[in-house]
Amino acid sequence: MAVLFEKTKLLTDKQFHYCPGCHHGIIHRLVAEVLDEMNLQGKCIGVAPVGCSVFAYDYFNCDMYEAAHGRAPAVATGIKRAVGNDTMVFTYQGDGDLASIGTAEIVHAAHRGEKIVTIFVNNAIYGMTGGQMAPTTLIGQKASTCPTGRTEEWSGMPIKMSEMLAQIPSSYYIERVAVNNTANIAKAKKAIAKAFRYQMEGKGFCMIEVLSTCPTNWGLSPVEAIDWLENNMIPYYPLGVYRDKEAE
Amino acid sequence: MSNLVRVTINEERCKGCALCVRACPKKIIELSKTKINAKGYRPAEVTNMEACIGCTACARTCPDVVIHIEKD
Repeated sequence: MAVLFEKTKLLTDKQFHYCPGCHHGIIHRLVAEVLDEMNLQGKCIGVAPVGCSVFAYDYFNCDMYEAAHGRAPAVATGIKRAVGNDTMVFTYQGDGDLASIGTAEIVHAAHRGEKIVTIFVNNAIYGMTGGQMAPTTLIGQKASTCPTGRTEEWSGMPIKMSEMLAQIPSSYYIERVAVNNTANIAKAKKAIAKAFRYQMEGKGFCMIEVLSTCPTNWGLSPVEAIDWLENNMIPYYPLGVYRDKEAE
Repeated sequence: MSNLVRVTINEERCKGCALCVRACPKKIIELSKTKINAKGYRPAEVTNMEACIGCTACARTCPDVVIHIEKD
């Protein structure tokens, strides 16, 4: 009897509270599997955000910390500097957390070249609070605070965090991935594994941006949401490596 | 030769999102027409286990990690 697929032990048995079809679950699993495969269970500390993934500390079977809204990179900075390079420190943040209230923290963490990994889940909307427009909401996309769709004239263009952080001299590795199909799920896992490896080697700031659906707040079924992501999000937020100092 | 792949779906934890239905290359998963779990969702079920090729695409797509796959 060979096991082809089983749930990693780096996820707890607690059921995810996420809505049906939400990509947070897939991204949680990828992070947990990489931690497991790299034997990091006793050698990592994660920092959970505020937002839908606020309960991430209940799901990852490793040491976790809960930061105030947007401040996960600042908290992770303190943890990393206290525990040293033998411990892998990561933050897990959504776009309402990282690209809005936490923009200063993430920008300065990257500028300082903090030796942390940020898993940035971008679903182009505020999920937990009820589907308000986020800095990442696309032009024309409807949200509860822009019921007729976002316009450039009123709100400017959606923020591209990976492109922005890749310009920072101290950023070490920045990649944008998606989990819309099995090929991209495999690529996303590879990117997360690379970022975690760079951390264990004592390299600088790494961020993996993962495009995600939010079926509930987009008003679509989980399957329709994936189509929407492919047709609208990926063209504006192109997938790929934006910075990789090792490859330069 | 009989197929020896066994897909087990934890029906009580399934939220019926149908991402596995979309991911299955053999199109042998569908949401149950007869069952509703305690959460109120129609869980996914494999309609033809014999046709399963054990690619694990369903399990790797499942956001709730409710699919377990074994092969004899």
